[in-house]
Amino acid sequence: MEKRTDKNSYTIIFAIGMVVIVGSLLAFAASSLQPNISENKRLEKQQNILYAMGVNENDESSATFVSTDVVAEKFDKYITKQLVIEGNKQTEDENAYLIDIKKEKAAAKDPSYTRRLPLFIGEKDGNTFYIAPIRGKGLWDAIWAYVAMDENMVVQGAYFDHKGETPGLGANIKQRFFMDDFIGENLKSNGVFKGITVAKGNADPKNNDKTDNEVDAIAGATITGDGVTAMIKSDLKLYEPYFNTLKNNN
Amino acid sequence: MGLLSKKDSKLILDPLADNNPITIQVLGICSALAITAELKASIVMAISVLFVLGIGNVVISLIRNIIPSKIRIIVQLIVVATLVIIVDLVLKAFAYELSKTLSVFVGLIITNCIIMGRFEAFALGNGPWRSFLDGIGNSLGYGVILIMVGFFRELLGSGTLLGFKVLGDPIEKTGLYALGYENNGFMLLSPMALIVVGIIIWVQRSRNKALIEDH
Repeated sequence: MEKRTDKNSYTIIFAIGMVVIVGSLLAFAASSLQPNISENKRLEKQQNILYAMGVNENDESSATFVSTDVVAEKFDKYITKQLVIEGNKQTEDENAYLIDIKKEKAAAKDPSYTRRLPLFIGEKDGNTFYIAPIRGKGLWDAIWAYVAMDENMVVQGAYFDHKGETPGLGANIKQRFFMDDFIGENLKSNGVFKGITVAKGNADPKNNDKTDNEVDAIAGATITGDGVTAMIKSDLKLYEPYFNTLKNNN
Repeated sequence: MGLLSKKDSKLILDPLADNNPITIQVLGICSALAITAELKASIVMAISVLFVLGIGNVVISLIRNIIPSKIRIIVQLIVVATLVIIVDLVLKAFAYELSKTLSVFVGLIITNCIIMGRFEAFALGNGPWRSFLDGIGNSLGYGVILIMVGFFRELLGSGTLLGFKVLGDPIEKTGLYALGYENNGFMLLSPMALIVVGIIIWVQRSRNKALIEDH
């Protein structure tokens, strides 16, 4: 005799039941945890921005954010201004850090759309930092960064992150040895924006030359490195006009 | 072992050596190649699989008598995917930092053939307790090999272990590097993972001739 579980009708009913149970379980989990998750993401953005301008708890080799308990307070203290740049227009917006770079990038493919560029201005120990969020593609998925610059577009600090790069290879862009190489590098060359290239086999592995627009690449992570180069070139270039007017006004 | 019967303890110990999922059954190779460039990632992956396979085996075993055999593979896939997504969501909500380290592994866990293999070969035909032990044993066997491969790849490829510079600084030329030693960058690429696994298989089979197949 045919087993009960081999019948087509049973199979279909089982499949439907399973989909309903699993679907509602996942929907319930996702929606009940959503407030916590988005709050974590919001705090992480603040941590990233502060990290780039040097407000962090780094020890000798690890990259450590300020803790989530104090991040909101520190963010208010160090970030003095949040700008949204749209073409020639600049508006202050204290929620500029919540602008979704991914959506802005997608919308900007339509030439009639003026992309909103968030820029965070921070003050620490008498120095002014201009922090810009950028986003691009790595090998497997999205990569993004917060880059802190001075008024001449010399990098003062950077925080890189990724969604799914290979552990041990591309994922190392968020390690100190890679991020710290950017500090002091000039994004401009002879006063014109050039970007910073993640270069293989360059002549300067210790990165002593800060004017060559190059940092040393990670072995085995060529495509992630190229992604970093491309994202810096395309996204930070958009901020060049702002820095030019900044200079002319002074 | 006092706690477990002889038959039960065999479920844990067998996959560690003579029936290892990687070196004998040659399953789970894709993840063994993908994430063993550093030791830390190997350890994280080993723990994640331990968790998912332990619980997944129990779930499958509990519903083994009502699963229609025609769609059992899909059912197994749904169980493991659901488990992994729930774990990922909970971590994102309550242990955000940890979830960021793990996010890369989520896809790799779901598609790990060891998990599907144990569901299919063991949990469908055995009770929950024995399935649980089988899950633990196999994920430990998987983890041991992963950690061994991760150890050699990180040590020889980057000269570090868990991020600590155990061989000196390659740029400042201290420690071993002062003597002219160089890191083998090839160790960081996936082909070397396969070769390291191959060497482990070779060593294991030359020590235990019974494992060598005839053909």
